[in-house]
Amino acid sequence: MSLLPAWGEGLPPSQPLRVPSVLHLIGNTPMLEITTMTRGLSPRVRVFAKLEGFNPGGSVKDRPALCMVEEGLRSGVLLPGKTILDSTSGNTGIALAMVGAVLGYPVELVMPANVSIERKKIILAYGAKVTFSSEFEGSDGAIRLCRQILHDAPERYFKPDQYFNEANPSAHYRTTGPEIWQQTQGQVTHFLAGIGTGGTVMGTGRFLKERNPHVQVVAVEPDDAFHGLEGLKHMASSIVPGIYHEHELDRKIPVATEDAYETVYHLGKEEGVLVGQSSGAALWAALKVAREIDEGTIVTIFPDFGDKYLSTTLWRGWTDFHQRDRARRSAV
Amino acid sequence: MSVRVRVPTPLRRFTGGAEEVSVAGTTIATLVEDLEKNHPGIKERICDDEGKIRRFVNIFVNGDDIRFLDNLETAIKDGDEVSIVPAIAGG
Repeated sequence: MSLLPAWGEGLPPSQPLRVPSVLHLIGNTPMLEITTMTRGLSPRVRVFAKLEGFNPGGSVKDRPALCMVEEGLRSGVLLPGKTILDSTSGNTGIALAMVGAVLGYPVELVMPANVSIERKKIILAYGAKVTFSSEFEGSDGAIRLCRQILHDAPERYFKPDQYFNEANPSAHYRTTGPEIWQQTQGQVTHFLAGIGTGGTVMGTGRFLKERNPHVQVVAVEPDDAFHGLEGLKHMASSIVPGIYHEHELDRKIPVATEDAYETVYHLGKEEGVLVGQSSGAALWAALKVAREIDEGTIVTIFPDFGDKYLSTTLWRGWTDFHQRDRARRSAV
Repeated sequence: MSVRVRVPTPLRRFTGGAEEVSVAGTTIATLVEDLEKNHPGIKERICDDEGKIRRFVNIFVNGDDIRFLDNLETAIKDGDEVSIVPAIAGG
């Protein structure tokens, strides 16, 4: 039987057939059950991932970007003639560039020079201007340079300031949390998300805990300050975002870069899902939790798909992995 | 003989906060050993258990990626500038 729905059938009611702009397609992302990589776990444990790559800008950041800009418009801080300015390691920049293009506001972004070439090109394609900060200083360097640009001409800009803007977690409180609650029919027991700004884990976690205080909210972070997990922050060694409140978490799970990369390779080969390194980290941590419990419904976030990372170091180890995997299979 | 090594922010905790350090060596491999001698703990951040450069780390000699030169055996000479750059931009 074909899995393709017949025309006009099988589409979820939340998925409109016509929309007036791409911004209306943000959110309501599907949730995928991980079925192959969970073999050997207790049959009472289920693991799901929200596929945020289905957002029109290609990532989870569409949600906070739209929410922060809408809040700027509502409060009157973002006025015609102003330029949207922010620092980003990529996905928020793409999302702001898309939102700005639709609403007619110019966008300027400050990004570390070593972000992936795909991200740079996508942002430029949306018509945004990019200023590069030092590749030696990561996203903290971009934050500092962005503050300087704003300081020099504050009247020119509206800075959403994703690291300090409560509209960021609010977007997830209003959308991601309710979607997960509905998609699991209130059965979610554990929620895990990688931390970059902390917006996803904070906002979604707050909503889920309001519905069920027993839901465990877990942050996933790199295991060291020097890491290869694009989009994730090692909080102990970073400028801590104002929206990040560690006391609201039940737990943090550190993930090694190599473990996250290998999980990405497994996801492609075994689940047919090509994602970026932050999704690999999220699933590695989710599977760690899954192995510790006998019963539960674990939900994590896959922030985007993998096409933006094909040029990055994520795929440097792919050949070795493939050879090892082939040898392992032929030995069985 | 010494070369200048530019150090990224996450590794500056090993160099006492210095953005740049002077290191001795004739190849990248010997340079990494000298870095470790003077700044203990830094090598395992740059190299994996087998001693290879971790895949998310880029090392440049005068702007050229050593993966396109001779990797760890890339020769360095007095006055060269070596940069250690994380391949990703962080969160």
